[in-house]
Amino acid sequence: MLDDRDRIFTNLYGWFDWGLDAARGRGDWSTTREILSQSPEDIVEKVKASGLRGRGGAGFPTGLKWSFMPREVGEKPHYLIVNADESEPGTCKDREILRNDPHKLIEGCVIAGYAMRASAAYIYIRGEFVSEARRLQAAIDQAYEAGLVGRNACASGYDIDIILHRGAGAYICGEETALLESLEGKKGQPRLKPPFPAAVGLYGCPSTVNNVESIAVVPEILRRGPEWFAGLGRERNTGTKLFCISGHVNNPCNVEEEMGIPLRELIDRHAGGVIGGWDNLLAVIPGGSSVRCIPKSICDNILMDFDSLMAVRSGLGTAAVIVMNRETDIIRAIARLSYFYKHESCGQCTPCREGSGWMWRVMERLVTGDAEPEEIDVLEQVTRQVEGHTICALGDAAAWPIQGLLAHFRDEVEDRIRRRKSATSVEAAD
Amino acid sequence: MSGHEFAEEQPANWEFTPENAARVDEIIARYPPGRQASAVIPLLDLAQRQNDNWLPLKAVETVAERLDMPPIRVLEVATFYTMFNLKPVGRYYLQACTTTPCWLRGSDQVMRCIRDRLGIGNHGSTGDGMFSLLEVECLGACVNAPILQVNDDYYEDLDYESTGELLDALRRGEPPPPGSMAGRNLSESSAGATTLTSLRPASPGREGG
Repeated sequence: MLDDRDRIFTNLYGWFDWGLDAARGRGDWSTTREILSQSPEDIVEKVKASGLRGRGGAGFPTGLKWSFMPREVGEKPHYLIVNADESEPGTCKDREILRNDPHKLIEGCVIAGYAMRASAAYIYIRGEFVSEARRLQAAIDQAYEAGLVGRNACASGYDIDIILHRGAGAYICGEETALLESLEGKKGQPRLKPPFPAAVGLYGCPSTVNNVESIAVVPEILRRGPEWFAGLGRERNTGTKLFCISGHVNNPCNVEEEMGIPLRELIDRHAGGVIGGWDNLLAVIPGGSSVRCIPKSICDNILMDFDSLMAVRSGLGTAAVIVMNRETDIIRAIARLSYFYKHESCGQCTPCREGSGWMWRVMERLVTGDAEPEEIDVLEQVTRQVEGHTICALGDAAAWPIQGLLAHFRDEVEDRIRRRKSATSVEAAD
Repeated sequence: MSGHEFAEEQPANWEFTPENAARVDEIIARYPPGRQASAVIPLLDLAQRQNDNWLPLKAVETVAERLDMPPIRVLEVATFYTMFNLKPVGRYYLQACTTTPCWLRGSDQVMRCIRDRLGIGNHGSTGDGMFSLLEVECLGACVNAPILQVNDDYYEDLDYESTGELLDALRRGEPPPPGSMAGRNLSESSAGATTLTSLRPASPGREGG
């Protein structure tokens, strides 16, 4: 188990004050000025060396992403955008950073902003997080007042503004280009890439969008050194990670653990085990609703990191672990996710707009068994038609949970159709 | 994507209060010159808060005028985002999350309790204007599932009984403090934290608020 000394989010449970003085007492803002005395390139190289991969779901190397920003500021300003639109079902980790450790995020904005020569950082927070937004704004105000943010931030000579922007209820705005559209005052409909935001982002200016957790861990990485972070976890899957453990466990919770912790250890040690015991486990969705579920046989030995989960055709995603025990109607659990994606499709691409609704309607019939066995293959094929044929990954996200269900629980789906048919024929015979 | 119903009764005029008009200027100033359209969501939110939690069409027009945007562009935003209510809602606007993580933890019981106590289902409202209900998608507090959002606040770790207690308290006009209704601290394990214990303060003095 990760030692408390290696934990970054020491106020994860809000035991201590969130404010500036207490945050300083926990080490935040202690050497920001020294960090900013390095060149932006040096900081980018260190973040690369730490092996940090984006914590918002895709797992793209953070330092590499930063290096795509132009090396000089031309006519257009550069922007850092922080994605605090936490909405992926199962995921509730950024909320704890926003309300309990807001200064880690703000300090991270100053350092990351400097590394990409940004003149401003916009933090896009989901609209429903009203009290979290209030808390974060109060922390930003404290940082301005103390001279840590704004003109000559931390007496470093670097100027950066931090602006908090609240969304208004749209899962799709967690997609980085939809977020930019929304921030510009439009509907949150994703943009075609390329051009990537680093070339054409907010207001047409070079921009980088990072998840809250990715930015909030940066100050600690630079204080302790990239080799410290790289020494935790496994190669290509380094560092610590906030895990959200929900569903059928005895004690659902958020916890910071080492990347690569065995799933079983994560659940047993921190979440009080599966309700009814490990042998009562049916399946886990290990990385937020968008990734394919894995059955117990895989859960027995799987490690919680990007590459291990990709190898079993699932994903670490946001590290939101949704646990389902044997009492779960897994067809209904997945059908509810299909409804979610249908509801959240922005409607821009036909395969997603039409496909997500079509897939949901078939899924609802699979829940009752009111379907023909051949429809299972048709459904599987439709998920392949949606996957990869849309501007953003929401189409993929609508397809993958169903693919996971059919890959691992096809028997159950077939069985339900059979049982429904025999029940209907008995009724007819009566 | 779904169809939208607008309120049948719409005010003939709608303006920001002088106090909010000053806030409008403050909000627009957060964005670069010429990029005032970025303020559209914050201004619609401000308008909705001024107007008992719903947006009349005249308020949409007022925001459009203030931001120099075509009204249809503002209406596009008002209808795209789920937090904008285009018709009146109850004094306590209940938003029950029923997405899979909440469903696994018993969101059906929350919905059933609301139906039993208030006689309303999804999209329903009580005749006295006290409550209205909307089933919503993931609220992002899944380890504290199931969640019921009441106006701006999250009530967490609910079951049938505690939902009933919450509704009774709301009807009395005495909303309990938001957060876990099972008495646990934030997203810490209800059996006590398994990490950070070496840093735990001696006295349970949490100065979170």
